[in-house]
Amino acid sequence: MKSETGFDHALYARFPTTNPRPEGELEELERIWCAPRGWQYLKAVNNNYIGFIYVVTALCFFLAAGILSLGMRVQLAAPMMDFLPQDTYNQFFTMHGTVMMFLFAVPMVEAIGVMLLPQMLAARDLPFPRLSAYAYWAYAVGGGFFFCSLFIGLAPDGGWFMYPPLTSLQYSPGINTDMWLLGIGFIEISAIAGAVEIIVGVLRTRAPGMTLDRMPMFVWAMLAFAVMILIAFPSVILCTLLLELERAFNWPFFDATRGGDPMLWQHLFWFFGHPEVYIIFLPAAGLMSMMVSTAAQTPLVGYRLNVLAIVATAFISFGVWAHHMFATGMPRVSTGYFSAASMAVSLPAGIQVFCWIATLASGRIRWSTPALFVVGSVMIFTMGGLTGVMVGMVPFDWQVHDTYFIVAHFHYVLIGGMVFPVFGAFYYWAGMTSSRPLSERLGRWTFWLMFAGLHITFLPMHLTGFMGMPRRVYTYLPDRGLDLLNQISTVGSFVMAAGVLVFLIDCARNFRFTTDNDAGNTYNAGTLEWLPTGLYSTRSIPLVRSRDPLWDQPELGKDVEEGRYFLPGSITGLRETLVTSPINAEPQYVQLMPGPSVWPLASAIFTAGIFLALTVQAYTFSAVSCVFMLYATLRWLWETDRSISLKKGDVGGGIILPITITGPGSHSWWALNATIVCIGMIGLMTMFAYLYLYGIHPEVWTAPPALLQTGGIAVLLLLALGAAWLSRRWLARTADGEFPGQGPWMSAAAGACLLALALYWDVTGWSGTGLLPTATGQGATVFALLAHQGMCVVTAIIMAAYLAWRSARGLLTGSANVTLDVVVRWIGFCALQGLVGSMVLRLFPGG
Amino acid sequence: MFDALWGWPPPVLDPAGPYADKVTVLAWVLLALGVIVTAIVCAALWVAIKGPARWKQRLGGESAVWIGGIAFPGVVLTALLFWGLTLTADLTDDITGTEPRIRVTGEMWWFRVQYLDPAGRVVMEDANEIHLPVGQPVVLELRSADVIHNFWVPHLSGKKDMLPGRTNLLRIQADKAGQFGGVCAEYCGGPHALMGFVAIAHQPADYARWQQGRMGRLAQVNATGGPGRQLFMESGCGACHRVAGTEANGLAGPDLTHVGTRATLGAGILPNHRGTLIGWIGDSQGIKPGNRMPSYDTLSAAELTAIAGWLEQQQ
Repeated sequence: MKSETGFDHALYARFPTTNPRPEGELEELERIWCAPRGWQYLKAVNNNYIGFIYVVTALCFFLAAGILSLGMRVQLAAPMMDFLPQDTYNQFFTMHGTVMMFLFAVPMVEAIGVMLLPQMLAARDLPFPRLSAYAYWAYAVGGGFFFCSLFIGLAPDGGWFMYPPLTSLQYSPGINTDMWLLGIGFIEISAIAGAVEIIVGVLRTRAPGMTLDRMPMFVWAMLAFAVMILIAFPSVILCTLLLELERAFNWPFFDATRGGDPMLWQHLFWFFGHPEVYIIFLPAAGLMSMMVSTAAQTPLVGYRLNVLAIVATAFISFGVWAHHMFATGMPRVSTGYFSAASMAVSLPAGIQVFCWIATLASGRIRWSTPALFVVGSVMIFTMGGLTGVMVGMVPFDWQVHDTYFIVAHFHYVLIGGMVFPVFGAFYYWAGMTSSRPLSERLGRWTFWLMFAGLHITFLPMHLTGFMGMPRRVYTYLPDRGLDLLNQISTVGSFVMAAGVLVFLIDCARNFRFTTDNDAGNTYNAGTLEWLPTGLYSTRSIPLVRSRDPLWDQPELGKDVEEGRYFLPGSITGLRETLVTSPINAEPQYVQLMPGPSVWPLASAIFTAGIFLALTVQAYTFSAVSCVFMLYATLRWLWETDRSISLKKGDVGGGIILPITITGPGSHSWWALNATIVCIGMIGLMTMFAYLYLYGIHPEVWTAPPALLQTGGIAVLLLLALGAAWLSRRWLARTADGEFPGQGPWMSAAAGACLLALALYWDVTGWSGTGLLPTATGQGATVFALLAHQGMCVVTAIIMAAYLAWRSARGLLTGSANVTLDVVVRWIGFCALQGLVGSMVLRLFPGG
Repeated sequence: MFDALWGWPPPVLDPAGPYADKVTVLAWVLLALGVIVTAIVCAALWVAIKGPARWKQRLGGESAVWIGGIAFPGVVLTALLFWGLTLTADLTDDITGTEPRIRVTGEMWWFRVQYLDPAGRVVMEDANEIHLPVGQPVVLELRSADVIHNFWVPHLSGKKDMLPGRTNLLRIQADKAGQFGGVCAEYCGGPHALMGFVAIAHQPADYARWQQGRMGRLAQVNATGGPGRQLFMESGCGACHRVAGTEANGLAGPDLTHVGTRATLGAGILPNHRGTLIGWIGDSQGIKPGNRMPSYDTLSAAELTAIAGWLEQQQ
């Protein structure tokens, strides 16, 4: 194999090492990684804890949303029932969809990722443990408050896709809608934080030798998942922000009477909403691939085809959003294209299904609860996929769109494609984190009750839809032949709930959380998460030589446990993990990891404070929360960029690697770039909104400000870029460990100020033309883009001030500094984004 | 009467006109395909798990993925797409013809129906009921007065959204006389579940008679009277409702000029007779919570009966 980083692959032959490990090495590792106790648990950042509690929280939301659906099924058991009043029912179905999608499905797969990925990659933890903790707490606090809105009758009631103008101030004057917009917008931040973490974790912290071609399928799926989140979620964040701006400040993005368009919401929402389905499905499919392989006790058939299918699904899923909008009167060319694309996306799903079937055929199935869930899931998902092909045919969709046929379709897809694999995964991976495995007997009950319940509930709904029953109805009229079918569905929903109840009983009886005394590899799987572990993960980080290392190297577990592989102890006496190269996973450097901290929790609570206060229009309280949030975040960051006197260390086998590096090889560089992709997408989608509204309502467009000023803005932004670059060069020319003087931070601060000046010109220029954000769709989108740039610039200024503070405390020394790198890169990004944004708006010939 | 609107057979599979007909053919083919492919996948699963060793071996390689996961769906889906697009090509045509036009506006939570003349002027207004001549295509101009609604008569055609700020065109045609139920299929808040209408297809001769009758009455002074009329006016009903030829000229709610002839009340949710009229006026919030008409529960039974009696006369 060709070396990616110049690392000599011959060195791999030194492992497993043979010389004895020093006394007390393991005890030191245990001491370094030991978890806080009692109330201090809240400070824990280790993925074993955060991942587990994340899964439990997501499961609680699943149960809560499930209970809502039982309420709805009772209401629909007979025509004109009085069990739930109309407005309660409308809140119930909105919350059921919203909670299942945003508080269960996405967080659940992300939680499973946080819990399993470090183990599967044999890393000590994910690269940013505090970010995981923040993501979890933001989700738990925000999601908890959001759900509680139901108990005081303030839950949103506009349906989970919240189409304006039904959700605009005029038709939804209560704060129910703001709850949704701000609550969900906030929870998305948590999802994005997790995605950044997962991308860097997968690409940079794999065990040495685990090339891309040897990654477990779940890891591939999580990589696709995280990339898709970065591209898709900005779109939903943007549309929630725009609608909130319309509601709070009367900016008419979606108001057709003032040059806005309600369809803009649908495009933005479904650009997120369709990939969302695959964001949920792909990781679950990854779990399936791993469970299938273990159930059949044979490697997955068609590994590369499966990877190809994952990548293709991720790619195509961004091109099918408008198939949710066939009934809106789109032009024929568009419907034709989206119809074909919707068919195309079923091909990769077909590949995955047949990979699983072929794997089962090539081995001998060992029946177990996970195996049952896997086989059941293939059947259910296939049925849901086929009704999906049906609704991909436009004229057929015109008939069944927004009826119970669709309800049946997506429940088959999501339950078969996500819920069943996840329940299978609960049984499969329970042994990794519980001292006792779950019961096979109760597991079978769980499976059969859920499997039967699913079909009894949702199979009749196909027909209910054909009989003309629209979805989202709180009741239906008698004498329409719908009574019997609905009764059957209601019975089925309780059968399914009984299955979930049996699972809970099983958990109560058998699940006992543990970090180091687990039940172990109950199903004889071949991947690294089944190595013996403690809180520090594996004692040493193994060298991976195949896709199923535990099957191929029977001695691996013992050697790892005896410290015969990488990083058997701690070099610096701090938490560490090994960073490897993105493609071939060649060891590159030792990353220092932060330990327990209360600041991610504090930051999450105050972030929640900002959004909750905005919901009730308590702007002062929101601003105060914002200040505290910034303080908590900066405190959290303060200790993460540590300068350490030791520059190099032996990671085992006499291989000497640097300790923390900066620049393109470092994990922070990758994380920042991932974040920039996400923020940049928000800017791009805003520009799309501007051009889209011009296409619909060119009559309201007015001319942009004068060209001279536009040129001036461009010059200022280029100067900001230059100042950022200068700051970086300045530090690079300073000798190692030397203090470079006031130059670098001042240069960076000058860059941030230039950004602000350019923005000021941009804003005053547009207002000088008489354009108001409240006047037209043009005004609203122009000022929305400027506001987005404003947020970025404010962040840049805060970061520059933070850099100055660190410089004053002597923490800014040559020749490289992570904090400076991050600040400079961010300023550079802001300058480029400002340049593209203002040029597109100002040079666009409309008006 | 209601049994004729809905129920068995399912309206999606029971077309009553050319625009629904082809979709039904498509639906049967798609359903058959779905059942066959599900059967194939289940059979493959069975072979993979319990089948004879020789079959398992064939299925247990990458070639099975190429055949079952790529070649088979690729061919079937391509064929399906082309066949489907050809079959239903005329459904997606742009609508440019000179067919008679009816403007249907979705409002929270009922349908305003306006019959247009060739110049696009409104000649007659009605609510929650669309009259069509059998065998002749009619173009609907779908609009919304507030939020997004959706227009759907499954017997006659697929559905189409009614969007604020836009006009969507939909062509429908009934090939047999009868009453066909319709609903709003896009969630529009509150009592969305109770927002329906009826499409009534008449034989051409009957349709002409119906049209003449309507137009004739519009031209006359409304001479119906009695205590009902007086109560209707005194209770302020005219602020929202119009009755042609009287001082009631409200535009917010359904036009009641022909309310006595309508098949349904409350936007397609109740049969129309004196009893339901009384119930609706006295307790519309109980019947359809959240709708825009207040319950006139201060009126006595006798008063309600008088108003209902007068409304029944509004043929």
